[in-house]
Order: sequence, then structure tokens, then C-alpha cells
Amino acid sequence: MERHNNLWRNAVALPAVSRVAVCGGTHGNELAGVYLVRERLKRRGADGTEPVSVVTVMSNPRATQLCVRYVETDLNRCFTQAMLSTPVSEASPYEMIRSQELNALLGPKGSGQAVDLLCDLHNTTANMGLCLITYSDRDWICLHICKHLQREMASTPVRYVHFDIPLNEAYSLDSVGKHGFAMEIGPQPHGVVRSAIFSAMQEGVQLMLDWICQFNSGTLFEGGWVDVYTTVKNIDYPRDPETHEITAAVHPDLQDRDFCLLHPGDPMFLSFSGETLRYKGKEALYPFFINEGAYYEKGIALSLARKKRVEIPSVHSETLR
Amino acid sequence: MSSRTNISCLQEAKRVAIFGGTHGNEMSGITLVNMWIQNSAEIERNGLVIKPFISSPRAVEKCTRYIDTDLNRAFTPENLSSPDAEGLPYEVQRAKEINRMFGPKGSSDAYDVIFDLHNTTSNMGSTLILESSTDLFNLQMVHYIKKAIAPHTCSVLLNEHPQLKYSTTRSVAKHPIGLEVGPQPQGVLRSNVFESMRTILKHALDFIELFNSGVEFPPCTVDVFRVQERMDYPRDTNGNITAMVHPHLQDCDWEPLNRGDPMFLTFDGRTILYEGANTVYPTFINEAAYYEKQQAFMTTCREILAANAIRKACK
Repeated sequence: MERHNNLWRNAVALPAVSRVAVCGGTHGNELAGVYLVRERLKRRGADGTEPVSVVTVMSNPRATQLCVRYVETDLNRCFTQAMLSTPVSEASPYEMIRSQELNALLGPKGSGQAVDLLCDLHNTTANMGLCLITYSDRDWICLHICKHLQREMASTPVRYVHFDIPLNEAYSLDSVGKHGFAMEIGPQPHGVVRSAIFSAMQEGVQLMLDWICQFNSGTLFEGGWVDVYTTVKNIDYPRDPETHEITAAVHPDLQDRDFCLLHPGDPMFLSFSGETLRYKGKEALYPFFINEGAYYEKGIALSLARKKRVEIPSVHSETLR
Repeated sequence: MSSRTNISCLQEAKRVAIFGGTHGNEMSGITLVNMWIQNSAEIERNGLVIKPFISSPRAVEKCTRYIDTDLNRAFTPENLSSPDAEGLPYEVQRAKEINRMFGPKGSSDAYDVIFDLHNTTSNMGSTLILESSTDLFNLQMVHYIKKAIAPHTCSVLLNEHPQLKYSTTRSVAKHPIGLEVGPQPQGVLRSNVFESMRTILKHALDFIELFNSGVEFPPCTVDVFRVQERMDYPRDTNGNITAMVHPHLQDCDWEPLNRGDPMFLTFDGRTILYEGANTVYPTFINEAAYYEKQQAFMTTCREILAANAIRKACK
């Protein structure tokens, strides 16, 4: 009884997460999210009264139709405050126009009308398992959802990735909600839906909504800790100085080893002439987004992160008690 | 005694081409060909003209499978004989150019051998693709390659199916060979896939050099998988797929699929079973590019092809 009272006394009260957006097809060839959104839209209206309202959105319908990442420009880079306030016309790139439509529908970003939580569904060719990717390392709602998924998802590794970018420079769709994250699952080739990946995403979304319903109904969620991976830097492929073509592939010893600690001196690339190129950093870091197909054009072969343990408080919603 | 009389004397194979980028997002072949265009030392062989070639530069530049239409289906007689005109699809123009440079298809001026390098998202490993069960040169080359890479393995796919065979880029040559390596996502270069493709080509060129130098290759047999049928996804009335490749079938290329085995899993969790009467060996399981071609996988049956001894024809 004593412990129970202490938990409540030390808990943080947060506003209910009343309005949730589930978005897929932000990149039109990341198919688990595309098909999950299509299925949810088909079954709209089957949901009874719940303590949460969910809006399901196909973010980039034209790219989804063509099964490409984007039509003119990457939609998931169009959500900075600057880009959202740039005047657009019919001549503007499709994704610029679309980002402002989505901001009107689910935001406006930074305002009181924005959805409480925006979950943006993505796939990656990298072997990352399930990652919640967000801009904050102290958003208790997102961290508790992560903890819940880690506890409940038996066969999928679940991790929390923190993009260390100031919030006013945040560029992705998930930054439109008051809380938000990308739910990124791999490995899956672009243009393919793998049933195990689809099932993991479906389970992840359902567990997230279950947590939110319980939270909104007044449940107290006990605190603890979560491992957070905070981005430090990106590493590009070695390239030919004249042609800019890549001259090496991710080393077989690094390929598929996302979140396995990379030490100074470990193999990183295998050049086409047979030379092993090694990690020259001073600090051991955790690699992820290793060999993501869409990142060749962004000059990223892999990203590197530091891991830290974050204490999270017990939380409950403000509406009760 | 009969083996002495059953040696097929074949023409020397002097002109060989290696095509990458027939599909602009299949990165192993593109990378290898670009590398060899810059520095051809690795692919040079005595007495052989070897031309590395990017089939579809515009598609490669955009890192997309094709611009207007699939180049690897474009080498039909209609396309190749169509008059030059404004507004022809890019790949049809390209097919005609390639036919001029490396063909004409079916003529004695055509290149002797063309290797066409591809990647697939399917778990096919290394696969050599043949279009004829009676091309002795190709059968002997495939046999040589398989022996050379052992204990690594390589499957052989034979597409001689009257309806499902298609007009490939490599079909311009007298001896066309497809080399398909996976799994690799589109737009991605995986080191192990790249090196497997490179090694197979090395052995293929060694074979051709040996053949041209007069070496006799004894009779052999080749285990192949012969294309039977294309299986599409279940779809709704709008043409959208309603199920995914079942987790028990996913990644099981070349493994037997029996009646009653799981085949698809619907989005709402229902299993659809394979109902065919005979055991088949599926391949190209969940290839990204085939969703639009109405193909979830292809079925094949196992067959053993026999090849006579071969030797270069004396002049």
C-alpha cells in the first residue's frame, strides 16, 4: 500500500493522448506502412467508442501509387517550420504542397490544435528491428510506449533512437504532433512487403494504441529506465574524387550488424580493389541505418550513436485523480 | 568409342559482352561494369574481345528499373524491326541500338556471348539463367562454373516456356546467359552479393578462354530448374494485393512446395495453401519488380540436361 501511494505521489501527470495519427506511405515504396494504412482505412468504423480517436492517413498518395520513395522531393524532409510557412503555388514540388496539407490536417505544428501523437510508419533496408525515432530523449510518453513495446514484443528487438537536432530544425512528419515518432522497421527491401515485417508493424501499432487507451483511462505506468541511442554522426561511402561514384561496399563484417558496438579499428568498408577500410573514430559507437538504399543519394553509408540509460518517471494522465 | 564420335565442334567464341544496368537499380552489375569500363585488367583474356557495357544509362542515372518500359522485355521482333521515329519509348530505342551494336539478333554477325547481370530481392543465391536446353556451349560453361565455385553453389534456371519466356537484352547474342544474384534490395550494394557475381564471371571468362584455346570438355549433365508457371498474389477487384507471401514460403527459393503447404497470408491473418497436384520448386519469391507483372513467385520442376563433349571447330 505504501509503495502504491509512493508511486502515485512521485508520478508525473501528463495530458491525455486523445488524438492520435497513424501515417503510412510517407515514402511510397516502404510497403508495410502502406498496406497497414490501407487495411486500417478499409476497417474504419469497426472501432467502437474508445478513449482515443485515431486518424489514419496515407501521407504521399502519388508516390504510393507509383511505388517510389518520392515524386519530386523527399516528403519527410519538408516539415521544418521554414518549409511549412513558405508560400506554395501549383508550380511548387508536389511534396511541398502535400506537407502543408498534412500540416493543416494534423497540425499546425507547434500549436494547440496539433494531434497529441503522430506515429509515422517506415521501413528500412537496414537490419534495425523496430526503432522508435524521435527528436527528444525526455518525452515520457514516447519513452513509456517504447518500454511497453519492448516488454510485449517477444521476437522483435525494439529500440529508441534520438535524433539530436533542435526542435525548430526538425524536418520530418512526426514533428507535427505534440508527441511523435517514426516507427521504423527493417530489414525489408523497398517495393516489397514481407509478412513478418508487416505483422511486427501491426503488432507495434496495436500495442501503442493499447498503451494510449490504458493511459487515457487513468492507469499508472511505473517508471524505470530505457536505453536511448543518440545520433552522433553519419559516415559516407568512400568515393572517387572525380566521378563521385562509391569505391567500396559496406564490409561483410559490418553488414546487418546494426546496434552492434563498432570499435576503433573494426572493418567498415571493403573496397572494390580488395582493401579493408577501418573505423578511424576514437570512440566506440553504435552503428545503425547500415546500408539503407535511400541514403546513397544523401551521402550516408551508416549512422553512429552513443547509448545512454535514461531514467523515466512513473506517469499517469491528468484527467483522473 | 562412342564418346569419340559424339564431340560437338562449335565455333570459337571471340566476342563477349558483359551487360550491367539492364535494370537501373540492380547495383552489383552496374558497379562491376563501371569498374571494368574504367579498368579492364581483371576481365582481359587471351584472344578474346570482352566489352563491359551499361545497357540503360538513363535508368542507371535515376537508379530506377526503367524509364518508359522494361528493357529486358523489349527485344521482341516487332520492336527490333520498328522504324526509327520520334516518341519511341526510351527502352525501345535502346533495344534497337543494342541490337545494332551487339547483334543483329539471329544473325552470324551477332556477339558470341552476352552475360546480363541482375539482382533480385528474392533469396535465390547465385542463379544462372538459360533460355535453351540444347545450347551445348552454355550447358558446358554452366557445368564448368558450378564445379569451379564448389563448395559454393549456384542454381540453374531454364526458361524455355512458350508463353513465359521473354525477349531479353542478352537474347541478341548467340549464347545468352543471365546471372541473377540475390537477395539484395533495389538500390543497395551488398558486398557478398557483389563478390559472388564477380567470382562467377571470372570462371565464365576462364571457360571461354580455355574453350578458344582448343581444350575439349567431356560430356556432362546439368541439374536445372525448368520454369512451369507464374503464380500471382490474391487480389481484390481493384487489383490491389490482399495477401503476402506466407512466412513459411518467404526466402525458401528452390525448396520443394507440396500440396497443402502454406503459400500466402492475408492481411487479416488467413493462410492460403498451395493446391497444385505436383511438388514444385518455387523461385523469384517476392521479387519487388514483379508485383506489377502479377507474379508472387514462379514454379519450376527439376530436370537433368545432358550435354555432349564440345571442342572448338577446326578451321
